[in-house]
Parts: sequence; structure tokens; C-alpha cells
Amino acid sequence: MKKTFKGRPVVAGAAIGEAVVSKQGFNILASLQRDIMGKKPEVRCSDQNNPDIFNQVISGKVLCLPKTIGSTTGGMILQAAAALGVAPLALLFAEPIDSLAAGGVILAKVWNDRDIVTVDGLGDEFLAAVKNGCAVSITPDGAVTIETP
Amino acid sequence: MYSHSMRLNAEEEDILAGKRGDTLRKAMESIVRFGDVFGADSLVDLDHGVHLVTSFGIPLLGPVFDIMDELIASGLKTPEPFTVDPRPYDFANVPVGPIEKLIFRKVMYSRQEDYEGQLKKVGLKNDRAFTCACYFDEVGNIPARGAMLAWAESSAVVYANSVLGARSNRNSGVLELMCGIVGKAPRFGFLTDEGRAASWVIELNTTVCPEAQLLGSAIGMKVIEDVPYIRGLDRYLGGELDDRARDYLKDMGAATASNGAVGLYHVEGLTPEAKDKGKALVRKDAKVYVIDDAEIARIKAGYPMMWKDADAKPTRCFVGCPHLSRSQLYGWVDRLEASLKAAGRKRVAVPTVLTTAPDVEAAFRADAQAAARLKATGATLSSICPLMYMNNPLCGKKPVITNSNKLRTYTKARYYTDAEILAIVSGGRA
Repeated sequence: MKKTFKGRPVVAGAAIGEAVVSKQGFNILASLQRDIMGKKPEVRCSDQNNPDIFNQVISGKVLCLPKTIGSTTGGMILQAAAALGVAPLALLFAEPIDSLAAGGVILAKVWNDRDIVTVDGLGDEFLAAVKNGCAVSITPDGAVTIETP
Repeated sequence: MYSHSMRLNAEEEDILAGKRGDTLRKAMESIVRFGDVFGADSLVDLDHGVHLVTSFGIPLLGPVFDIMDELIASGLKTPEPFTVDPRPYDFANVPVGPIEKLIFRKVMYSRQEDYEGQLKKVGLKNDRAFTCACYFDEVGNIPARGAMLAWAESSAVVYANSVLGARSNRNSGVLELMCGIVGKAPRFGFLTDEGRAASWVIELNTTVCPEAQLLGSAIGMKVIEDVPYIRGLDRYLGGELDDRARDYLKDMGAATASNGAVGLYHVEGLTPEAKDKGKALVRKDAKVYVIDDAEIARIKAGYPMMWKDADAKPTRCFVGCPHLSRSQLYGWVDRLEASLKAAGRKRVAVPTVLTTAPDVEAAFRADAQAAARLKATGATLSSICPLMYMNNPLCGKKPVITNSNKLRTYTKARYYTDAEILAIVSGGRA
């Protein structure tokens, strides 16, 4: 079954990928630090306080979240992940994007020419509907379609 | 060229078009895009030097160090000197074993010296400018009321906004440096009068003044990123921002910012805007959160136990996250002495580190009598960042205790009140 949600494109682009869903605030530093430090080819979430996605692969996935939380280093960690090629493919925010995540995706775009397709304001209903492993397609106008079994 | 939404003047347009070099264009484009996301109407000139959050040469930030190299190669630096968060290690005052030292120097923070060199080239104030509390008198990065800022460290942002009445958004690391390089920040959020209105009223109904770190934790967890207007705290702190009130608000604010994401609070009858405008700062649809003794107890009891062995003997105690002010430092010396004396001990039973800004540390050490009194207790004084210190695989697993709710939030350190900390380091139990 397909369902489409409309949000605001923050970094506009088209993307198709597999959903990884954090129902709680996503802590960028805690989630990405371990495997970037370990120079792993892909990042698994290392935030043990986030049972939704702990140890799940984030790199190349469509990360669905309410917003990011944690240290103000978060933006540059996200930028570093993008520059190193291990960032999520896309970020889909149920709420308006926060300043840390916005800083990260903008720095990645401007300084590294790396687009992490980003849409915000998709609403609580989106986060309730999307499940881990769902196929997700995003269009440049901020339309997000999820396909559930 | 990026097609912006906000209003820019001719000079800003030229920079964005790359007429003053590609690196400055990228710095400008970063802050204009950032402002556009949040509906900024224009850029404002910064009135004061920036404060950076990134103080550590951790290799995972390689792409950030590349940006620094690009700024340096282009001859760019901030017009005003800046301060930065504390260093991650201090082997002289916070000793570590040889394996830990190797991990710090060769793995975790192997780029530290290189990065500090980069910071100096883009505008770092001096070698002592490493503290999260840059607004201390001894450090001197003190913006005036109403000054437009672009700071990043969350505890510094909330202090500048709330206690000093300056205006900064909670900027991401590196974005604040971009603002500093350009000398401007996008006007939205806490830079506007509308963004400083309170959407929560906190009614403080406790029978005693709550621990600052617990009150901040409760407020942060409830309001998350909203602006709270706190009523009833002036009963305990009075109506003037003296040393005691400033120290309390520093610690409370850091907890609101780390246990939630608060960037500004108002305290009725005490903080500058609340004194001037009172309840006019509160939105009509503001929600109410009542905090009484039971609520404070509930918050404290809700902290998860992160140690593998809950009964483990602590191997280290950190006091000073955010950094201790000079008056707090002297206060801890007095209290440590008194607590040890009452327990019949001469020296602390748990290695205890008091942390403060390098400039405060220097002033304290210059007072030979006070330095000798601290030394006699067995506690040490450092300008380290406890959070960065604990942020490695070896230190992170050790049973560390702290009176900092920020350190508790970001590491496995166990939180205790000041009185409990004193009891434990004096050989007793909490």
C-alpha cells in the first residue's frame, strides 16, 4: 500500500531508498561517532539510548526522524559523514528541521558538494506510518511516498 | 549563484556572487542558506566575537579541518578574536595510564596540536581561550545586552541569551565560525523580539531552593527547545545578578540546554528582560509546568543507571561542567575542607577534579594560600573538558561521578547533588 506525504524540501532532490525509523530524537554525535572514528565503510547507529535503530545501518538509508538532538557539534558530524560518503541518503523530518541538522546538510552541500536530500514538516502521521525497511521515494518538491507491505 | 529568499544588501550580494573570492562566497552561502531555512529576513552585523564549540582535534572531523585549511589558504579570519570550548585532556592535572594516554594522543585526539594551530590562524584569542564559560570576567568574552552573536556551545548560548540579555541562536559547530568569518548572522529566532517570548510558565513551588542542575534538568526535559518563563526562583536567588545568582543560573541553564535544547529562559524579577518586561514576555497560549519537591525528586529518580556495576566504587569525580567560576572554586575549597574535617579525613577518598577556565585557573593558582588549601584536600584543578575526556572507550567505561547534569546526559557519569558528592569524596555514601 502506498501513501504520500508532503513536506518542505530543505535540500531538494530525488531519492529512492529504504527507511530507517527513529521515533525519538536522533542524536547525531552519539549515533555516528563510533563508526566514523573506526573508519568503517558504513555507519551503524551507535547510540545505545536509541533502541529504535541501535546498531542498524544508517549510511545510504532514508533516515526518518522527528528531529535531531544533542551536542551542537552535531551539524559538523553530519557534514563529515557526508564528505566521507557514509551519511544517510536522505533525512525526512516529521517536525520542522532543527538548527543542528540544518547546519550539517547545508555545510555538506556548500563545502563538499554533497546533497543529503532533506525534507521537513512531514507531520506526526508520517512518522507513525513509516516503518523500518519501507521503500521510500522522494521527489524534489518535497513529496514523500512510502510503500508498506 | 544560490537564489536566496532573505533580503541582502549590495555588499552581501557581491560576496554571495563570489566577487570577493570563492571561500568567502561559501562562508556567506552557508549562513544565507541557513537563515533561509528558518525564515530569516536579513543578515545582521555581529556586535561581538564568536564562541566556537569545536575544541578537539578528533580525526573524524577531517572534513572540518579541510575547511579550516581552505579558510587559512584564503587568508580569512574572524574580525574579532574568538574563544573556544575546553581542551579534551590535561595529563598534568588529570593523570591517565600509559594506554589511555596513547589512545588520547594517537587515536582520539591525534589532530589536537594541528587543529589548535588552525584555530590560531583564523582568529583564536589566545592559548588560554579554551573554556565553555567564555563569559567569565577573567576570560572576557562578555557581550553587552542586546548584542548580536553567533555562538555554538549550548551552555554558553543559553547563558548569553538569558543572563546577559545578548542574542544568539543555537548554532551548529562550524556554522558559528562561518558567521564569525563573514561578521554577520541571519536574523531569526532568538535574534528577534518575537523569538524571545516564552511559551511556558514554570511555577516553582518547592519548599527549598532546588539544586540548580536538577531544576534545569526538569525544565529542559519538559519544554525541550521552547522558552520558559520561571516564576518563584527569585524567592531564593534575590533580585540582583550577583555571583551566587549568576553561578546558579549558569549551572541551571547548562542543564536546560543539555537535558533539553533550551537556548533562552527568563527568570521573573531577576534576568534582564524579565525585569524590564515581566509577564509581557509570556505568550497568551503558554503552557504551565508546576515544579514542587516531589517533581524534583521524580526527575532525579528517573535517571538511568549506566554503570555495569551499580555498586562500583567511583574512580573519579568531576566538578565543573560547565566550568566553575572563581567564586564557585573558592566555595568548593571551603566545602571540601569542611566535609573532610567532619569525616575525620585529610584527603579525598575519590580522585576529584575541579574544572575551570584557564584564566580562572591562573588567577586561583596565583593565590598561593588558596592553591595550597586545595592541594591539601587531594583534589586537583584543571581546565579540561570532562565531557571530551570521558568521550573515549577506556575512560567512558569507568565509574565516574559528577554534579553535572550535562556530563550525566552525554556520558555514563553518574549524577549526584553537591551534598552527595561531598559525602562520597569524603569517604562516605550518598
